[in-house]
Amino acid sequence: MERKVREMEELLEILEDLHPEVDFTTCDRLIDDKILDSFDIVSVIAEINERFDVAITAEKITPENFNSAKALYALIQKLEDGE
Amino acid sequence: MLFTSYGFIGFAAILFLLYYLVPKKCQWPLLLAASYLFYFFAGPEYLLYIMTTTVSVWLTGRAIQARGEKTAAYVKECGKTLTREEKKAWKEKGKRRQRRLLVLCLLLNLGILAVVKYAAFAIANANALLGAVGLERRLDVPDFVLPLGISFYTFQALGYLIDVYRGTVPAEKNLFRLGLFVSFFPQLIQGPISRFGDLGKSLYEEHPFHARTVALGLERILWGYFKKLVIADRILTAVNAIIREPEIHSGAWVLVGMLFYALELYADFTGGIDITIGIGQALGITVKENFIRPYFSKSIKEYWRRWHISMGTWFTDYIFYPISVSKPMLKLSKWSRAHLGETVGKRIPVYLSSFAVWAATGIWHGASWNFIVWGLGNWVVIMVSQELGPLYGFLRGRFPKAEGRLWFRAFQVIRTVLLMSCLRMFDCYRNVPLTFRMFGTMFTEFNWSILWDGSLLGLGLTAVDYGVLVLGLALLFAVSMVQRRGSVRERIAAYPYPVRAILWYGLFLIVLLAGAYGNGYDASQFIYNQF
Amino acid sequence: MKKRKLWKILGTAAAVVLSLALLQELLMPKYIYDITEGAMIREYYGEEKDHDVVFIGDCEVYENFSPEVLWQEYGINSYIRGSAQQLIWQSYYLLEDTLRYETPDVVVFNVLALQYDRPQSEAYNRMTLEGMRWSGSKAKSILASMTEGESFLEYVFPLLRYHSRWSELTVKDVQGMFRREQVTHNGYYMRVDVRPAENVPEGRILADYSFGDNAWTYMDKIADLCREKGIRLLLVKAPSLYPYWYPQWEEQVEEYARRRELPYLNFLELTEETGLDFSSDTYDAGLHLNLSGAEKITRYLGEYLREDMGLADRRGEEGLTEQWQEKTAAYERDRDAQYEKYGMTPQTP
Repeated sequence: MERKVREMEELLEILEDLHPEVDFTTCDRLIDDKILDSFDIVSVIAEINERFDVAITAEKITPENFNSAKALYALIQKLEDGE
Repeated sequence: MLFTSYGFIGFAAILFLLYYLVPKKCQWPLLLAASYLFYFFAGPEYLLYIMTTTVSVWLTGRAIQARGEKTAAYVKECGKTLTREEKKAWKEKGKRRQRRLLVLCLLLNLGILAVVKYAAFAIANANALLGAVGLERRLDVPDFVLPLGISFYTFQALGYLIDVYRGTVPAEKNLFRLGLFVSFFPQLIQGPISRFGDLGKSLYEEHPFHARTVALGLERILWGYFKKLVIADRILTAVNAIIREPEIHSGAWVLVGMLFYALELYADFTGGIDITIGIGQALGITVKENFIRPYFSKSIKEYWRRWHISMGTWFTDYIFYPISVSKPMLKLSKWSRAHLGETVGKRIPVYLSSFAVWAATGIWHGASWNFIVWGLGNWVVIMVSQELGPLYGFLRGRFPKAEGRLWFRAFQVIRTVLLMSCLRMFDCYRNVPLTFRMFGTMFTEFNWSILWDGSLLGLGLTAVDYGVLVLGLALLFAVSMVQRRGSVRERIAAYPYPVRAILWYGLFLIVLLAGAYGNGYDASQFIYNQF
Repeated sequence: MKKRKLWKILGTAAAVVLSLALLQELLMPKYIYDITEGAMIREYYGEEKDHDVVFIGDCEVYENFSPEVLWQEYGINSYIRGSAQQLIWQSYYLLEDTLRYETPDVVVFNVLALQYDRPQSEAYNRMTLEGMRWSGSKAKSILASMTEGESFLEYVFPLLRYHSRWSELTVKDVQGMFRREQVTHNGYYMRVDVRPAENVPEGRILADYSFGDNAWTYMDKIADLCREKGIRLLLVKAPSLYPYWYPQWEEQVEEYARRRELPYLNFLELTEETGLDFSSDTYDAGLHLNLSGAEKITRYLGEYLREDMGLADRRGEEGLTEQWQEKTAAYERDRDAQYEKYGMTPQTP
């Protein structure tokens, strides 16, 4: 549980670095509202790879996975579990 | 068959009637037959190319899916006996096989595209290289006829295949259904590049006649013809006059040509897409939007999200992401962060991948250095504006009131349009050095008087033509403004019938009378000729 | 409810069709004020169709023969279906078209048209074809005449071709929608002014003097059609000095006439007999004859038709006489008005 909170915070940090003006804890239309563009997504993926050591492949880049920090974290967890 | 030929209009009209007369379950086979007939008119020898692509993609899609199912079934069946690692290994193995199939099919189809579209260009460059190093030997430059729409349908078919590989869409079982997806005729000329997940759904459904949808579709077609015939084809005369004689038309002419071309391209391209989407709609088929008022964009990046959207997303989804998040790229990124510092390291994936994407986008548009330089020009502009981001942030902080002001937004929009227009000059002039030279003359020759001394009338357009253009563009602009607050056609649909009828008929008459079509003929050409 | 919908559709369709038809009438060139050659073909349809002689061909028939003279002096009722640069297949299809209404005793064809083997120009095509009433002959004539870039559909709906004329419409286009003045006298285009022929240029040397296969095919079709219908075909070559009539061309026509047993009059060789004088009988230096010249050679032709081809004198025939009274009046009005315009005193023939 504790690990989860820590990781989520780390993810939020990555995201806020890119867009300090967005509240990532609540926003769930990051792709639909074009808040994250393709450059942001690639930066995020590189950061995640760096810090969480999971590789998000191209086919995982879908609006469903990137629309909110929560969804993104769920994806990271899934990958960490090796599924 | 161009959209603006009588043949095409007749073809589409007959198809439309048949489509709603045949039994509903024959609708999609009819579309397939019509698409192949359309392709046959373009050139019977092209059929072989599109059929090869269709069959190869269909077979590979089926094979990829079968392989996936086999792996899944095996893992499930022996699920209890296998360890976690073994399961993973099985899956990896399955994926590897799938990837091999995918790559094979990609190579085949991109190979065909490369040969017919790029072989001549490549060999011409190789010859230039041979000459440069002082060798006598020259290779024969092949002379392939480019099959109609090959860039569009190849990308559309490969998009489907990658989606199957990724598991986004199921492989299509029926070869003929996939055949329709690849050859759907309204898309063959100017795109868009549809996704199987978007278009596939409505393509095969049964479509009863809905007067309202059909009316909306026909309206859209008419609007497309308005853009193409009244504006684009008229202004094209002047654009050609300017760019075909660069020696005479330098300085301010270049600016005029640039802006005219921006209008021509917009009207022609969006008009063509309007016709495509309108035909789809009239047949009950939903084709995704390809433009969202791109000339209202405030930055180049935004512009590319709003202009030729289907191409942009294709390159993003199938080239940019796969390269930028690939394992070697992530490794490179890690390595450079460690050795070159955070600032550089962070940028590596984005810079390299977008470089590849823009080079590919450039060459996709045509086999010439002009397009490659054009593509990379876009890349440079986007990267520069990316790097200037902090500066903009700073300025925004200093002048918080500017943002949101009309003049500031107008400035951003005009800046974007001008930048895009400058880049597009590569698309106009014969070669790259000439383009740079012509661009330079804008700042060295000050012949601005051409704008008001009547020189503009020497471009093959009369005062009446300019009048029509001004009014036509005003209408286009007005419609775009209204469109920002919702569909204009929906709005019109709410009016009582007589009003709607008069509006449609009015637009029809405008196209009919003010359209720049026909033999370049007018009655005043009759000079009494005694013989 | 259903009925109302039907009316709505029918009403809209009727309004659209009617307004487009009017628009087409408005935008089509009327030809009656400027380029009168374009208005000639359609005039035929308003005529009583009981002609003894019908001329087909280009300006060498409609500017050089006067049906008025044939009637006044020989009692021969004739009509000229001529138009500018009428190509030989267009002549053939005009003949077909004419035969739908009447069967004359004699058809006169001017052989200059043999020089063109291929479609030439859209402007002239339109002047010949647009005035024709719709029939299979018209459709075939269009298909045979189209130059590159022309489309059949634009003949069916000329609006598509003339759509851009809206910016140059005049009051006359509106007037012409409802009333068209006659521009010819039974197909004859009258000019009274004089411009003597001087220094007529020699024909330039051609690579090949033989007429084309296509032209000959239609020449045969004209001859065959006439024979089939019991019409006597008379070949003529008008006395125009230009375009140059090559001796090689003359030989071919003579040979053809001999082979098909057709009478052939070459007015270039008949100047003595006709009394034609190129210092006073042409209005454009030898290309076309003026009234004086046309009347001279028409007299020769009338004589020939009466004596050699045995056409009867129909003067005094009821109905016909009245028609011609009107025509004569119009002819004389036109002539006198032109004399006045050019400041000439009428000559006595």
